[in-house]
Amino acid sequence: MTDSTKFTQALKQRILILDGAMGTMIQRHKLEEADYRGTRFADWHSDIKGNNDLLVLTQPDLIRDIHGQYLQAGADIIETNTFNATSIAMADYDMQSLVREINVEAARLARQAADQYSSADKPRFVAGVLGPTNRTASISPDVNDPGKRNVSFDQLVEAYEEACDGLMEGGADVILVETVFDTLNAKAALFAIENTFDKRAQRLPVMISGTITDASGRTLSGQTAEAFYYSLRHVKPVSFGLNCALGPDLLRQYVQDISDIAECAVSAHPNAGLPNEFGEYDMEGDEMAEHIREWAESGLLNIVGGCCGTSPEHIRAIAAAVADQAPRQAAAPEVRLRLSGLEPFVH
Amino acid sequence: MTNQASTNFINIGERTNVTGSAKFKRLIMDEDYETALDVARQQVENGAQIIDINMDEAMLDSEAAMVRFLNLIASEPDISRVPVMIDSSKWTVIEAGLKCVQGKAIVNSISLKEGEEQFLQQASLLKRYGAATVVMAFDEKGQADTEDRKFEICERSYRLLTEKIGFPPEDIIFDPNIFAVATGIEEHNNYAVDFINATRRIKQHLPHALVSGGLSNISFSFRGNNPVREAMHSVFLYHAIAAGMDMAIVNAGQLAVYDDIPKELREAVEDVILNRNDQATDRLLELAPKYQGDGKEVVKENQEWRQWPVKKRLEHALVKGIMDFIEEDTESARQEADLPLHVIEGPLMDGMNVVGDLFGEGKMFLPQVVKSARVMKKAVAYLQPYIEREKSEGSSNGKILLATVKGDVHDIGKNIVGVVLQCNNFEVIDMGVMVPCEKILQTAIDEGVQMIGLSGLITPSLDEMVHVAKEMERKGFDMPLLIGGATTSKAHTAVKIEQNYHGPVVYVPNASRAVGVCQKLISKTDKLAYVAQLSTEYDKVREQHARKKPRTRPVTLERARANRFVPDFSAYQPQRPNQLGVQQVQADISTLREYIDWTPFFLTWSLAGKYPRILNDEVVGEEARKLLADANAMLDDFEQSGQLTAKGVVGLFPANQVGDDIEIYRDDKRTELLTTACHLRQQTEKKDFPNYCLSDFVAAKDTGIADYVGAFAVTAGIGEEALAEAHKQAGDDYNAIMVKAVADRLAEAFAEYLHKVVRKTLWGYAPDEALDNEALIREKYQGIRPAPGYAACPEHTEKQKIWELLDAEKHTGMTLTESYAMWPGASVSGWYFAHPDSKYFAVAQIQQDQLEDYADRKGWSIEHASKWLSPNLG
Repeated sequence: MTDSTKFTQALKQRILILDGAMGTMIQRHKLEEADYRGTRFADWHSDIKGNNDLLVLTQPDLIRDIHGQYLQAGADIIETNTFNATSIAMADYDMQSLVREINVEAARLARQAADQYSSADKPRFVAGVLGPTNRTASISPDVNDPGKRNVSFDQLVEAYEEACDGLMEGGADVILVETVFDTLNAKAALFAIENTFDKRAQRLPVMISGTITDASGRTLSGQTAEAFYYSLRHVKPVSFGLNCALGPDLLRQYVQDISDIAECAVSAHPNAGLPNEFGEYDMEGDEMAEHIREWAESGLLNIVGGCCGTSPEHIRAIAAAVADQAPRQAAAPEVRLRLSGLEPFVH
Repeated sequence: MTNQASTNFINIGERTNVTGSAKFKRLIMDEDYETALDVARQQVENGAQIIDINMDEAMLDSEAAMVRFLNLIASEPDISRVPVMIDSSKWTVIEAGLKCVQGKAIVNSISLKEGEEQFLQQASLLKRYGAATVVMAFDEKGQADTEDRKFEICERSYRLLTEKIGFPPEDIIFDPNIFAVATGIEEHNNYAVDFINATRRIKQHLPHALVSGGLSNISFSFRGNNPVREAMHSVFLYHAIAAGMDMAIVNAGQLAVYDDIPKELREAVEDVILNRNDQATDRLLELAPKYQGDGKEVVKENQEWRQWPVKKRLEHALVKGIMDFIEEDTESARQEADLPLHVIEGPLMDGMNVVGDLFGEGKMFLPQVVKSARVMKKAVAYLQPYIEREKSEGSSNGKILLATVKGDVHDIGKNIVGVVLQCNNFEVIDMGVMVPCEKILQTAIDEGVQMIGLSGLITPSLDEMVHVAKEMERKGFDMPLLIGGATTSKAHTAVKIEQNYHGPVVYVPNASRAVGVCQKLISKTDKLAYVAQLSTEYDKVREQHARKKPRTRPVTLERARANRFVPDFSAYQPQRPNQLGVQQVQADISTLREYIDWTPFFLTWSLAGKYPRILNDEVVGEEARKLLADANAMLDDFEQSGQLTAKGVVGLFPANQVGDDIEIYRDDKRTELLTTACHLRQQTEKKDFPNYCLSDFVAAKDTGIADYVGAFAVTAGIGEEALAEAHKQAGDDYNAIMVKAVADRLAEAFAEYLHKVVRKTLWGYAPDEALDNEALIREKYQGIRPAPGYAACPEHTEKQKIWELLDAEKHTGMTLTESYAMWPGASVSGWYFAHPDSKYFAVAQIQQDQLEDYADRKGWSIEHASKWLSPNLG
């Protein structure tokens, strides 16, 4: 049995636990410029502090250790440290040429960690992460010129193909397109994933997780949760859900919206509440777990984890909270033409 | 369910479509995207649930326009809240559009037209982009018209999509093609039923698939009559929705409510849509004028003359060209008359005589006369069954055979003459175009005609007319021979034709003269005197011709060549075309109409005056305005229906002058010859000017300058014959002639438009040119496009070289007749020269030395060359 089929099987049996924040955990180490550079990039021509994804090359032990902590806390799925590892986002550090290597190494590190904790009755999985990049294909960067774009669909496809290929090479079991705030970027990512699957003659399950920016209930690019789902369901994702931006309290209704219509599994990895005035997330693991337990009891969840501000403590609490809960049953909506603009259109 | 507003029916907004909305097109062409966004916004506000966006316009970078508009929409939440339909016939535009929408869109459209492989490849990509798609009922053999073909293609498409590539069936939207009904062509009568039944079968047998269609086609025949069109749309939708149609591209604000349609009209429309009886079309045609415009007012205005005695009513209807009551009035007249034939010979002929008189006095104009003829035909058609029942023979003024001679396809003038003669109670046997001599003469004998009229537009037709005259003589004919057409002349008739035939030969300069000429030739009293008069007249013309000294003296070819035009290549460097080689070009009617030169259009209808001044002319202004309105209405419908289409091909090649010829090369190496174009040089004495030859405008080979020429062939006549024939069959000569007149203008417009594209982009020697249509008509641009067969290159067979260079038949379907006339008739071809000093000129008369030289260059015998150069041999 391949890891991918193990994954879909596990998904049927229980609620799977996703890991928590990588950034929060890295912050705890208070790394300095020199730590980021390591020996290999000691002479790099620009500042690279804050390039967390580069740490898979310069501080691999640290990253592997974080993965280990989450696995120990009960995570079934760990996410590769590749949120910004596309040529578009890496351009900030002029490190486009390292993109493939970072993705391969990140997947390999996660793979090593997962394999270490994997057992027959609790297999562990690696989700290769494709982040949103720092550009938007359907929003203008210039308020005076609404038709302008600073990235094109084709550029995104090219960047995502490179990253996806690296993740697969390094041994990812699943591809996770996450923190989608512009659906067009995600469409490009999914287009690239399909191309890469074709190229490598290998298919992996695809998870999609979007971000509802605020209480308006819409993505940054303006879609409602349902419209967002209709835009992307053509790739037949293994799971569809939401992450980031909101804590579990505010996110629930949108998870509910998706749970009502999604033919696939539903995932959620909320933040540890909203950031306080110091930019820190205050919600403790227990409190978060309480919300999550209620979601699970209401039959909303197949995969759950944490985003910004969450730590292995949060994940441990969440894992405990849903351990005895049955996974959500997929919705079976009528076969209809389902289109979307910013809003859904069903005929 | 009362109308289209059934909750389950999807209205797709049609206004953001450059091919469907003149306003939107103008906004996009003017790059007024701000206002274009308002158009989109209004549609959504008015209830469009999806908006169709189409940027298929030849003068537009459609991809760029699609991308820009979609990007702008993305910033307008009140528009982008609804899904879009990305509508283009170009796959590249569709793909560019899909890369701009975050929502799930519909693509319009793909089909099996180019085969399974391309179909599935495109569908696979659509699946990857995440789009639903319209699938046209179109396969390798063409567009489906019958119910079975429609369903079969849809079923095959469905199986391929769902079984081969796993395309979600609910994302398949079939468009089983809505075609016009009530066209007067019997095979079209069932088109709506075919669509509705096919829809029902699709919904029954192809689970989850949807059905859509472009509504406006259905009512094509009633262009200009919006109330009837709206009623047809509404009734059609009522039945199509009941059969399962899910959506349509419509202007929601302009749909009649089914229940609000007057019962009489609704039933008539229903009969047509459902093809319930053979008379359905006729009945709706009859009823239609009543609902034209603000129906009530028309009726009111008409009331006064409706009180007149029937004879006066018929006359009024004939003079004014009013169709509405003609059958009812004819019936009244029939009841009053002893014999049905008396209605024709009495009130109807009297009415036509009034028309003839008014026309003769210049108080009526040709288009009006043609409309009168339409009314007359309808009245006669109504009486025909009664006349046949009583076995009474109609008596006519006389029987005339009309034909466009072999090798020629031009027939507008001939058709007009035919109509005018019919109005004057002549029986006309119209043999059409490209009629061989033997067939003309045999038919003349079989039908027992009193005279033969020959028509032709191109110069080789003159020879064919001479041939016909000689054959008439040889076969012992006596009847008069009438000669007409643009290149014919009194001099040619006198010098070349009349001597060959002992019977009367008459040159008829225009349609309005035809009646007078024929009446005199038929008249027992006037004929002899008229023929004698003609004979002296032609003698005189011949004498004058013989005495005529050339105004300027001829020079030898050697001297003419010594005085050749030598272009200045110091200030002008020939530019290498941006796109060398041959390419097919497309242009839609909406683009071409912007380039129409209307002045010749009015001349076709014998209305003289320059456009647009003619519209305000005291005498003909009103008629000119009506004509223009009718032409524009027809153009509107061509845009919508796609029943008339244009195709062209253009090629740009390395070339150099060698002698008087132009060598045209395959590529920049200039070693491989594609062809050698032969040209003629002016051969009269020139004092201050050179003796021009077109080849002079291309750098001579020995200068070493790399120069270029172009060639083109365009037609706007695809569908022309069928349309004209349909109108003719329906007894509507006016529109039959209008179709051809409009198609001719479109072909010329295409040549104008393509020349501009060549100058600005394809060749690109004048990229910054900015001229309006008026300036284009006045040829204010750099370079020329002379056409073989016309003054600067009068020898027709050179067209063959253009055809071979461009593979014109393959690219456009255009062909050449044995006289090198182009088919379809609405076609233009020619050469391109770019040199700023290139200009149009007339070769005019050439001498024996050039004849021999030319024959030698073409590999012809002197005799053969004499035949093709005869118009230039004096």
